[in-house]
Amino acid sequence: MHPAPSIIAFTTFSGLGFGLLFWLGVDPAPPGGWVAAVFFFIAFALAGGGLASSALHLGRPERALKAFSQWRSSWLSREACVAVAALGLMGLYAAFLIFGGLHVAPLGWLGAALSLLTVFTTSMIYTQLKTVPRWHSRWTPVLFLALSLAGGALLSGRVGIALVLILLSGGVQIWWWHTGDRALAGSGTTLGTATGLGKLGAVRAFEAPHTGTNYLLREMVYVVARRHALKLRVIAFILMVLLPVALLLLPFGHVLGLFAVLSHVAGALIARWLFFAEAEHVVGLYYGKHQTV
Amino acid sequence: MAQTQPVVDTSPKVSDEVRKTTCYMCACRCGIDVHLKAGKVAYIEGNRDHPINKGVLCAKGSAGIMQHNAPARLRAPLRRTGPRGSGQFEEITWDEALETAVKWLKPLREQAPEKLAFFTGRDQSQSFTSFWAQQFGTPNYAAHGGFCSVNMATAGIYTMGGSFWEFGTADWEYTKLFMLFGVAEDHDSNPIKMGLGRLKERGAKVIGVNPIRSGYNAIADEWVGITPGTDGLFILSLVHELLKAGQIDLDYLSRYTNAPVLLNCDPKSPEQGLFLRDKDGKPQVIDRNTGKLAPFDQKGIRPDLSATWRHAGVTHRPVMHDLAERYLDNKYSPEAVETRCAIPAARIRRIAAELARTAFDEPVVLDRPWTDFRGERHEQMIGRPVSFHAMRGVSAHSNGFQTARALHVLQILLGSVETPGGFRFKPPYPKPATAHPRPHCKASAGQPLDGPHLGFVQGPEDLALREDGSPARIDKAFTWENPMSSHGLMHMVISNAHAGDPYRIDTLFLYMANMAWNSSMNTRGVIEMLTDQDEDGTYRIPNIIYSDAYSSEMVAYADLILPDTTYLERHDCISLLDRPISEPDAAADAIRWPVVDPERSGHAGVRGFQSVLCDLGHRLALPGFTNEDGSATYRDYADYIVNHLRKPGIGPLAGFRMGPHGLTHGRGDPNAAQLDSYIANGGFFTMHVPEEASYFKPWNSAYQDWAVSMGFYDSPQPYLFQLYVEPLRKFQLAAEGYGDRQPPDHLRGRMKLTFDPLPIWYPPLSDGHEDPVEFPLHALTQRPMAMYHSWGSQNAWLRQIHGHNPLYMPTRLMTRLRLRDGDWVRVTSSHGEITVPCAHMAALNENTVWTWNAIGKRKGAWALDKDAPEATRGFLLNHLIHELLPARGDGLRWANSDPITGQAAWFDLRVKIEKSAVPEESQPVLPAQESPVPPAPRGLAWKVGS
Amino acid sequence: MTDLPATTTRKLGLVIDLDTCVGCHACVIACKGWNTQNEGAPLSDQDPYGSDPSGTFLNRVHSYEVQPESGPAQIFHFPKSCLHCEDAPCVTVCPTGASYKRVEDGIVLVNEKDCIGCGLCAWACPYGARELDAAEGVMKKCTLCVDRIYNENLPEEDRTPACVRTCPSNARHFGDFADPESHVSRLVRERDGFDLMPEQGTGPVNKYLPPRARDDWTDSSVLAPYLTPVAEEPRGFLGWLDKALDRL
Ligand SMILES: Nc1nc2c(c(=O)[nH]1)N[C@H]1C(S)=C(S)[C@@H](COP(=O)(O)OP(=O)(O)OC[C@H]3O[C@@H](n4cnc5c(=O)[nH]c(N)nc54)[C@H](O)[C@@H]3O)O[C@H]1N2
Ligand SMILES: Nc1nc2c(c(=O)[nH]1)N[C@H]1C(S)=C(S)[C@@H](COP(=O)(O)OP(=O)(O)OC[C@H]3O[C@@H](n4cnc5c(=O)[nH]c(N)nc54)[C@H](O)[C@@H]3O)O[C@H]1N2
Ligand code: SF4
Ligand code: SF4
Ligand code: SF4
Ligand code: SF4
Ligand code: SF4
Ligand SMILES: [Mo]
Repeated sequence: MHPAPSIIAFTTFSGLGFGLLFWLGVDPAPPGGWVAAVFFFIAFALAGGGLASSALHLGRPERALKAFSQWRSSWLSREACVAVAALGLMGLYAAFLIFGGLHVAPLGWLGAALSLLTVFTTSMIYTQLKTVPRWHSRWTPVLFLALSLAGGALLSGRVGIALVLILLSGGVQIWWWHTGDRALAGSGTTLGTATGLGKLGAVRAFEAPHTGTNYLLREMVYVVARRHALKLRVIAFILMVLLPVALLLLPFGHVLGLFAVLSHVAGALIARWLFFAEAEHVVGLYYGKHQTV
Repeated sequence: MAQTQPVVDTSPKVSDEVRKTTCYMCACRCGIDVHLKAGKVAYIEGNRDHPINKGVLCAKGSAGIMQHNAPARLRAPLRRTGPRGSGQFEEITWDEALETAVKWLKPLREQAPEKLAFFTGRDQSQSFTSFWAQQFGTPNYAAHGGFCSVNMATAGIYTMGGSFWEFGTADWEYTKLFMLFGVAEDHDSNPIKMGLGRLKERGAKVIGVNPIRSGYNAIADEWVGITPGTDGLFILSLVHELLKAGQIDLDYLSRYTNAPVLLNCDPKSPEQGLFLRDKDGKPQVIDRNTGKLAPFDQKGIRPDLSATWRHAGVTHRPVMHDLAERYLDNKYSPEAVETRCAIPAARIRRIAAELARTAFDEPVVLDRPWTDFRGERHEQMIGRPVSFHAMRGVSAHSNGFQTARALHVLQILLGSVETPGGFRFKPPYPKPATAHPRPHCKASAGQPLDGPHLGFVQGPEDLALREDGSPARIDKAFTWENPMSSHGLMHMVISNAHAGDPYRIDTLFLYMANMAWNSSMNTRGVIEMLTDQDEDGTYRIPNIIYSDAYSSEMVAYADLILPDTTYLERHDCISLLDRPISEPDAAADAIRWPVVDPERSGHAGVRGFQSVLCDLGHRLALPGFTNEDGSATYRDYADYIVNHLRKPGIGPLAGFRMGPHGLTHGRGDPNAAQLDSYIANGGFFTMHVPEEASYFKPWNSAYQDWAVSMGFYDSPQPYLFQLYVEPLRKFQLAAEGYGDRQPPDHLRGRMKLTFDPLPIWYPPLSDGHEDPVEFPLHALTQRPMAMYHSWGSQNAWLRQIHGHNPLYMPTRLMTRLRLRDGDWVRVTSSHGEITVPCAHMAALNENTVWTWNAIGKRKGAWALDKDAPEATRGFLLNHLIHELLPARGDGLRWANSDPITGQAAWFDLRVKIEKSAVPEESQPVLPAQESPVPPAPRGLAWKVGS
Repeated sequence: MTDLPATTTRKLGLVIDLDTCVGCHACVIACKGWNTQNEGAPLSDQDPYGSDPSGTFLNRVHSYEVQPESGPAQIFHFPKSCLHCEDAPCVTVCPTGASYKRVEDGIVLVNEKDCIGCGLCAWACPYGARELDAAEGVMKKCTLCVDRIYNENLPEEDRTPACVRTCPSNARHFGDFADPESHVSRLVRERDGFDLMPEQGTGPVNKYLPPRARDDWTDSSVLAPYLTPVAEEPRGFLGWLDKALDRL
């Protein structure tokens, strides 16, 4: 799939933002006043900014509101609704904290739950797609949730929890890569089934329908070289997991914490870039891409 | 939840108006329904009533709307301001343009009309343009057939009075086994596709003979991946097997062919190998009823295939003897040819047996009584349901004429031509070579030519030679080098004119031919010839006038451009005098008419080329275009179409003429409302062949009478199929030293070999001029179905399908050179070198490489960006092909063409290939030409009306 | 309308005959022409005369090469447009309800006025049957020519999809698969019509007819008698000729 910057930014930042909101919502002793304001500002900027950036991906952003209508069947619609609900509740919760000095815990719990649910719905947008076998895995929501919680913990300064969760999400990430690399082959979809010609012999794409490009090729038939991808995976893992963990293990300091956050976010962005760039849409088969033989 | 669906308007208004005319996105001439909204072209679909396409349309046809609005359209007459090839022009008015042309042409006509060479490319108005050239008086006229498929056309007409292509077609309704030789697309594009679809629907079998298995050959049930240039050998091997097993239609051969005609067998006679003729010149046969000699067409006789006749010590044997003796020879056995053809002997046998089984065990019998030309009545029409079709894969080789002949002989031996399930002619064909004119070439100052330019020679006496024996025509058509060049040799015009051989010309007048690019061999060489100057700085070819509708590569090389309309903006006439749209069951002709006005606001505008010729003809005071009182005979081409008379009662259009009692068809007087009648009738006219005349046309009295009533002939002209072509023998005799017109000595050997009156196979001539070991690969081009030569690249929709072209290479080669799709290769022939991207194709003869034709474009042409993929990755194979064969030390340069017809041997090309570093662009890169039209828009969303 | 109807009254769709398609692209351009001019926004083209032309098409023709275990490689042309799936994933993912499947005939459509151009439906379609129009910003797909097949402004015989009407080799057929006696249902039965990517579970309505067997060079024994020589020697052929002529 085409690694569109707007979608990479959207999923990564909103994941972080909602992760942070989760931790803010469940904090039994949340900060108040200025400190709360800063934390919530960061969380809303990330979550809201992420959502806003996803609108950049739309062909008709001015109609974005229509996306709230199909929550009964569409994960994208659900995500929109839940995100708004989560932001709304957490906004209320934050307002009480910052301006009223009031800690309405149940509101925080509910907001936290909705925040996680938002991340889950985001992940389901990808998970539901049978057409992208790499995504179509129960581990995709786990990965999104793990990263969101880990990033949120890190942002909220919960060093211990962050350490554990980052390592955990690192593990999930490796497992996800591992299963993902086998997903297309495991899906049973091949150029043979795509064309029905597989019964006759080995099928190979001969001539594409057009010598130029088109929407499908741009959007869904992105191919990264395997060697290149491997290098990026290593870099992503180092930045997202190893370096932050190392930094966190050093005696704590704000500067190092900031570096840990930056490193983690950079790593997460690269991993998310790979999430898209490596994902093989089965339509690529029609164009002779992703073939193992 | 209850389903609530948006309301969709399922009955929107489709258009304000439908205008029916004829497509010209290629030469197939389908009928189209042009939907107009707010006066603009909105949508084009096929005309369901039209005899050619019956409603269907190809990709190009549907994309006509994009041709019509192409930014490459010319807008005004142009006068060259920069050097030739620069593309620098100024727009001028039509009066200036026509006066310039008159200034150049008038003195030529008055002094030396042959100094005008008028060649008209892919012209569909040849009966008109040739008439114009004839009135001008120049012998130098032809259209593009000489480099296209003259082998096929000529071999067909000399052998059976018609050919594949536009002259005839397989009997799609009844045929059971169809063999396709060397066809990727053909002119008859939609009818062939419809026919193949019909065969598939009926479960009939299709065999594709082609080194490349794409398109039609991909859907063939069986594929024969033959070595290029060896079809003749394969076909004659089939003939060998069929003869050996007696699987031939003896009854058919004895009645309808010259198999029983007697040949003089006296080796010392100047008549050896010529027909025994009676006093009226009629070929003689022996009548089986009486055992006596008789003219072939005498009522009631049954010609004998085997009896010989001895007279005055000279034996006369029927053609059948020579034929059997020739092809029963073991040199045609499957084992003898299999390696060369790359077809296993067992498979050749298999195909021969299947032909035999289908032809003779599964005949088609129609209860349709008919009477033949000898007066015999037949209760049924019995057919051999095997059919064949062939095109440039056979004809674009230097042995193409004889190969096409071999194929026709095979069809005839099987008794399948003009019988149900076999091959059928489209009126006005059948028409034997003898019923066509002979070539005329006598130019006299200020006078029209002495007759039509092109025709069918019957022997050395008909060659177009001047008193001193030198060629009369600039293209050297109808000379010893290529005596039967019935379509002229457009591909030799520029090089001969540049060399001043046989003489120099003054003005080259071209229409609709991209000679500076894809329609020339040796493109760069041609460009140099077009720009070459004499010592005094004038161009070797002093004046070039060109009519194109678009900003093609050729435009840049002309001095004066006469911009044509698009096909939706003009009158045209697809005439029975020319190449009509007939189908086997109907004679048909058609028109184009301006379904939209030619509008180029802010510019001098464009004019239909034929109308411009009417005007120019009048300005030059040509007879035929000027009345006694000096006024113009024709206001424009529409006026010509309606009022011109070729013979009394015969005009360009056969439908809706005026008879003594009102409207009539075929022969009749002009009718002022004729075009309106055509328009009302959907743009075409059909006249059905009567049922009893539907098959056996050359010998069927009902057909012959109908043809006379239609004006195809003036009297019935039954004839025999010519298994043995006597005019070839006449040329051979000349080469042997007989007769007073003698070929030059260096040609004798070649003529003796190649002018065999019975089909033979000889290796492509280039094999004798270049080392097949050094150049082991055959390099071919194919027509892409969704593109028409160069002119599809300006089409925004079509160029997305074919925007560049790789060189397809077989598995063996890909592996040996360690290549992957998209790698680059250097391709070298004995003439040149190109560097291009390659791609793998397994379904390919293992010694063949190929690419799509004419996708590569010159930078700056066709209103495309200079870095368009057509120019940066696309390429032409033409850079590798030369119109002359490489020198071989005999001091001569032989033409790269068929020695009989002069057909350009495009597909004899041999190359070698090596892997190349990745260049920036396909090589060679020619400098960009300036565009005479403004840059094209960056986006397109074509919706007209509301 | 992102719910799928449980059943549809009719099941309109296409049959594509891979034995017959010559790969001419006629259906591609007829579709482009019709749909540019009619229902919905025009199918736009970007950089149409430039170095990187691209545009929206609702129907595209691929070609594939198949190497059987023995025998020469084969080429097949493969047209592909929306298959109007019964379990259309493109419909259920749509957040706006713009994508829907019609109850009356099963045609899958996009309501362009509601579409936000998020692209998710195109991601959900395994067949590449949807293309986002770059100029209009909305999703385009094959409409099964819903504006032709019921169009009362067209003569009855023309109420068929543009691609079907134009196909020169008769490789495309249109009809109602819910009717077991329809032309398309019969073709599918008689010629073993199949689904593309059955494992994706989309339940395509459009069916493909497989190519008939190619290069079947067997059974030469039955044919051998047709080539039994009439004589050993060429001269003997003439003797045979005499005899054969006597029998005529
Ligand atoms: N390598 C290779 N080369 C080949 C061949 C091959 O097989 N391989 N094939 C050869 C054959 S058979 C042929 S016929 C030639 C074809 O080659 P050409 O005859 O050159 O054909 P086109 O490229 O179609 O160019 C015709 C010209 O007509 C112009 N034109 C289009 N419409 C109109 C119109 O309405 N009015 C006017 N006045 N002009 C118009 C176009 O703009 C173009 O410049 O190519 C030959 N070249
Ligand atoms: N769409 C479209 N239609 C066209 C044209 C076009 O440009 N585009 N051009 C028109 C013109 S001008 C012409 S002349 C016709 C030509 O129509 P075709 O005769 O179909 O011409 P080509 O595409 O040159 O195809 C020649 C075929 O012969 C095969 N071939 C080459 N050498 C041999 C051989 O030795 N033996 C055998 N058996 N096969 C061989 C090639 O592989 C190729 O498939 O098409 C006309 N129709
Ligand atoms: S074959 Fe195509 S381009 Fe040629 S005349 Fe017919 S519709 Fe037009
Ligand atoms: S083919 Fe694709 S777009 Fe069409 S209904 Fe099926 S999933 Fe949807
Ligand atoms: S692009 Fe349009 S039709 Fe497709 S899912 Fe998004 S809103 Fe629905
Ligand atoms: S049915 Fe209509 S919209 Fe669909 S592919 Fe055919 S022409 Fe295009
Ligand atoms: S129009 Fe028919 S033959 Fe041509 S590509 Fe389309 S389906 Fe195939
Ligand atoms: Mo041609």
